[in-house]
Amino acid sequence: MAEEKEPLFSKKNRALLSDPLNDNNPITVQVLGICSALAITVQLKPAVVMAIAVLFVVCASNVIVSLLRNLIPNRIRIIVQLLIVASLVIIVDQVLKAYAYDVSKELSVFVGLIITNCIVMGRLEAFALGNGPWKAFLDGIGNAAGYGFILILVAFFRELLGSGKLFGMEVLGHKAKTIADSTGLYALGYENNGFMLLSPMALITVGIIIWVQRYKNRKLIEK
Amino acid sequence: MELVNIFVRSIFIDNMIFAYFLGMCSYLAVSKTVKTSAGMGAAVIFVLSITVPINYLLNEYVLKPGALSWLGEGYSNIDLSFLSFIMFIAVIASMVQLVEMVVEKFAPALYNALGIFLPLIAVNCAILGGSLFMQQKSFSNIAESFSFGLGSGIGWFLAIVAIAAIREKITYSNVPEPLKGLGITFIITGLMAIGFMSFSGITL
Amino acid sequence: MDRNSNSYTFIFAIAMVVVIASVLAFLATALKPMQDANVRNEKMQNILSTIGVKVDRDQAPAEFDKYIKEQISLKEDGSIDKEVPAFDIDLKKEIKKKPGDQRYPVYTAEKDGKKFYIIPLYGAGLWDDIWGYVALEGDKNTVAGAVFDHKGETPGLGAEITQQWFEDQFIGKQILKEANGDYTTNNFVSVKTIKGGAPAGDKHGVDAISGGTITSDGVSKMVSERLAHYLPYFKQY
Repeated sequence: MAEEKEPLFSKKNRALLSDPLNDNNPITVQVLGICSALAITVQLKPAVVMAIAVLFVVCASNVIVSLLRNLIPNRIRIIVQLLIVASLVIIVDQVLKAYAYDVSKELSVFVGLIITNCIVMGRLEAFALGNGPWKAFLDGIGNAAGYGFILILVAFFRELLGSGKLFGMEVLGHKAKTIADSTGLYALGYENNGFMLLSPMALITVGIIIWVQRYKNRKLIEK
Repeated sequence: MELVNIFVRSIFIDNMIFAYFLGMCSYLAVSKTVKTSAGMGAAVIFVLSITVPINYLLNEYVLKPGALSWLGEGYSNIDLSFLSFIMFIAVIASMVQLVEMVVEKFAPALYNALGIFLPLIAVNCAILGGSLFMQQKSFSNIAESFSFGLGSGIGWFLAIVAIAAIREKITYSNVPEPLKGLGITFIITGLMAIGFMSFSGITL
Repeated sequence: MDRNSNSYTFIFAIAMVVVIASVLAFLATALKPMQDANVRNEKMQNILSTIGVKVDRDQAPAEFDKYIKEQISLKEDGSIDKEVPAFDIDLKKEIKKKPGDQRYPVYTAEKDGKKFYIIPLYGAGLWDDIWGYVALEGDKNTVAGAVFDHKGETPGLGAEITQQWFEDQFIGKQILKEANGDYTTNNFVSVKTIKGGAPAGDKHGVDAISGGTITSDGVSKMVSERLAHYLPYFKQY
């Protein structure tokens, strides 16, 4: 029972939280969970909501599976995990529809796709099945945060450069029909790059983020 | 005509990878050589064109509001659509299992080609995405949903084979070190997506 | 108990399904009224905003009762069908029916003593469906306001149809062409979006969205296709 005596935030447990943010980032290093997410990075708000939804699903499913890990029959392991994840996602979806209707419209089918988000299943298989609930919880938070961090970073650049806004607020000044009426950067003749809003730029932005990260953290470079 | 329209649109315009980024995990993981990526792509076509019509029937006769009215008047108010996610994923998981067993028994050659990819597919976002988009687009008959499933699968196949071919060549190029592997793949995918955008607005 | 035995697997699976099913069913039933209310309130909010009444979604039902006087479903020939409640018509499903079977909902509103006709719209944009509402003044000719929404138009381009500047352009435009100093429903021209910008003083044209031509055309087509169905009704009343 050495595990129980370990302080809640021992060095090892802290690493569970911090590793996924950089060295072991789920998106840029483990290549997990890109699927369901990039399409909603046009604006910051849906990206933040998506990150929170994933955080909830990863943590909750990690804890539940970890609690049940000695009860789940091995043969139907995968389907049980899918069932737990799918139910959690349904809960998120139903709650969003009731309390955050506008956001749920923007996320549309992408909420459902959290089920097949590889991060969730990946963490369940790789971590939750072999570790206690508290560790699984930390692991969930760490991975979801690493994932959300990239998501929000991409959304930040796309919304800022694409529509000159952050969270829907005009941060670069107001763009009117003519340059003379505009304020801020637009008065200098700046134009929004509408291309940032289209799907290809999400991919290219992630590519550039990976480039910068690996330039700074050279041990991640692929041989 | 509508069928052809849906088919072409789902291959080129609403491409699973380039427009919605679905199935990116396997797309990035299995695209190192053309041969394996073609196998994976074929498996996706196969599974999508089976699961989308099945889930269409499920949605039409069990899940959507009023879908149970064939059971009798009293059932016509039941709305089970909150169960869609769980039902779809269950159908997909069991179909994948079933397909795997059938293929293994009756077409061992095909099984050897597809075999290792089939289990991976249950958690491929493109498959569940196909069913969710099908539900959202509310097709009017099963043929349309089949056409959508098949088209989406072919679109995914094209994307993964194309990127695999490029990745095979790019290993000989002098890519900046930090960009090697994952980074350059993302950027190339982005450039390919720009190319696919030129199809937008096509209607037949 | 042996974790790999058949009976254990079976019991576990059943217990799991029962627990999950009851949790989800409870949650869905509990949240359903709120979700339905959201959808209805949003519809009311959109209808109201065409006549310049901007309210929060939560206040929409009260305001809706205040301003909206009648909700009518029309048949193809312009006569009123009392059987079908106008508010429950789902245009998305309705436009797939045969023309003779379709019902056309219209809402009449009164604000500051003036009468308005509000007509729901539904059509296709570039990627997916677009929809909206347009309000006509009591003369059944001048547009009092319009709102549009879309499912998946390109952000920053086609998606601009939801912007205030685009919607406001419709105000004051006329759907009928003047002939001999009079307006009759025989001279229906609708309001069109014009690529490159409408000339000043154009009574039937608004600026299209640059870079969003197909979506703009979709708006033109939707407005004229939908409004055309209401001409027989306007002729009668």
